[in-house]
Amino acid sequence: MPTADPAIQLDRVSRYYTMGETSVRAVNELSLSVPHNEFLALLGSSGSGKSTLLNLIAGLDRPTSGSIFAHGQNIASLSPLDLARYRRNTIGMIFQSFNLLPRMTLEENVELPLRLAEVDRAERPARVREALERVRLTHRLGHRPTELSGGEQQRVAIARALVNRPKILLADEPTGNLDSATGEAILTLLRELRSQLGMTIVMVTHERPLAEAFADRLAIMGDGKLLSISSPKGLTQ
Amino acid sequence: MKPRDLTDLALRNLRESILRNALTTLGIAVGVASFVAIISIGVGLQQLASKRLSESGLFDTIIVTPKNNFRGMGGPQREPQSDKPPRVLDDDARKEFEKLPNVIEVYPQIRFFTEVRFNNKPFATVVAGMPDSSKNSGSFDGMQGRFFSSASADEAILQIEFAKELSDQASSLIGQDLILRYAERQALPSSTTSTDTSAAQPDASGGGFSVVPKELRLKIVGIVETEPAAGYGGYGNARLLIPLATASTLRAAQVNDLRDIVRDSGSNKTTFASLSVRAKSPSQVEALETSIKNMGFRAFSLLDASKSLRIFFTVFDLLVGIFGSLALAIATLGIVNTLVMAILERRREIGVLKALGASDSDVQQLFFVEAGVMGLLGGVLGVVAGWALGRAITFGTNTYLARQNLNSIQLTSVPWWLALAALVIAVLVSLAAGLYPASRAAKLNPVDALRYE
Repeated sequence: MPTADPAIQLDRVSRYYTMGETSVRAVNELSLSVPHNEFLALLGSSGSGKSTLLNLIAGLDRPTSGSIFAHGQNIASLSPLDLARYRRNTIGMIFQSFNLLPRMTLEENVELPLRLAEVDRAERPARVREALERVRLTHRLGHRPTELSGGEQQRVAIARALVNRPKILLADEPTGNLDSATGEAILTLLRELRSQLGMTIVMVTHERPLAEAFADRLAIMGDGKLLSISSPKGLTQ
Repeated sequence: MKPRDLTDLALRNLRESILRNALTTLGIAVGVASFVAIISIGVGLQQLASKRLSESGLFDTIIVTPKNNFRGMGGPQREPQSDKPPRVLDDDARKEFEKLPNVIEVYPQIRFFTEVRFNNKPFATVVAGMPDSSKNSGSFDGMQGRFFSSASADEAILQIEFAKELSDQASSLIGQDLILRYAERQALPSSTTSTDTSAAQPDASGGGFSVVPKELRLKIVGIVETEPAAGYGGYGNARLLIPLATASTLRAAQVNDLRDIVRDSGSNKTTFASLSVRAKSPSQVEALETSIKNMGFRAFSLLDASKSLRIFFTVFDLLVGIFGSLALAIATLGIVNTLVMAILERRREIGVLKALGASDSDVQQLFFVEAGVMGLLGGVLGVVAGWALGRAITFGTNTYLARQNLNSIQLTSVPWWLALAALVIAVLVSLAAGLYPASRAAKLNPVDALRYE
């Protein structure tokens, strides 16, 4: 449900870590606005703070200062329980190493968020099937993740991220463990899903060519700050 | 998460690390088993002791006699009694006793010297009426033959010594008949109108009875080696046991009837020379005895002995409990260890769960349920194993006893409350052991957990 507000609004967000005696500013006074249905790529060298930023938007981490509005609510001030609810209902996440639970079958992995969201048991099989059909995986559903190729595992992870119909999909190096052809296929799928389901995507990557090919805008980070934000065509804001 | 999903996930997690979790569960089971086995020996010994004591009837029985018994005769059993006015020990009193709390039964003592004819030869012995409940008292365990077929059957059980008198081959007596010759009391019509002068004996209306010889044919149904009717106060050990109801219909003249001639046999109500009041357990005897004394009767029991017995068993229970708990404590450490290890191993999984929207309490509950399930399984297994262990100990003991030509005993006992308590304790202890690991898992930072390789 697009509104005038952006999907994600970061206002002077900082995240400091204390490591021994020194304080590391992983994210430093960063402001950023992501409109609804945008596919944003976060680029930057390692240590630039892009993963920290993603975790902050995901509600896995809390900012030291600043506010993060996602679909109207300031997640920086949510209670731990409400934050869990936010992760469950508003956010879908995929990772470089897929993070499927190896002891569960594909179907069970995809069902997991439905369990956490206390979705009715009777409703779940259809929801799981629907999510798996969206990522075009309809066979070997009783298999375990390790029996699948990397691309297939990432598709299961996407299905798992989508099954609770999130408004924001966060991807942390989703192609990092895949060969380029498979990586492209995954990003094609993400773009497709975005237009089908109408969701905002924020993807952390270090593969600039892929980002340029698939993202609407590129945000480049360095030292916890936003260095530049541009459309792939080179338009700097 | 819903409880069913929580249990689902917990069970699946337990299944996945089957070896480690099975070993932990086994640890709990061993702890619970030793707990159950040790306590069951305690309970068994206690039951054995109280069974032997209840066979003698010494500790749970109160003998009630009228307070004015032997008054003026300088009876040796005088002792300070309550100041309540004396009452007559009749059926009304008996019903009142039955209504007292913790009373199992109230029955009259019927015992009389008499002559028994067997193969046309006379034998003298004491006959005692046995209440139907004595069947379960343990006195008749291991008897030859069987107990009375009904509460008022014309049947007899012989004490082994008496059986040996009757025949060289005691066991051949079962099924044979003997004839009981006894003197029946027949009340004479009251000859005098109320001429009593003693207000303290309200129903002493005078009178008397005649004694008529009678015979009763009894079938021998069993022979018992114990002495279920050991004597009190000069009655002597009874060697011929008949059902109490049968005995009371005989209206046989009893030892103490002579005094009744002097006093109250003309009364319309049946009076008893003495009543036995059985309490549920020796611990209740004291209170019962006091309330009976307060009703105006004389009551007597072997109270002091039962008091020291209670102290002994309380201390014994305590020691047994301490040793049993040690085993459980070790099992608890096993659970803590397993779950803390599981957190290390499942760090990443916990991170993923949190990223997918699991709250801290979801994660905490998951670990909690896992601990609880291990506790429950370990508890069930432990109770069964403890019971089996107890049986094995009993079996071993009995094999040894048999070699020494001693009767076998039931050394261990697992009553339902012990099984239930062990289960509850196992689950509670496991949950307590899960407390720390569960809260540690819940507090895990998801960002760190996801980074963990």
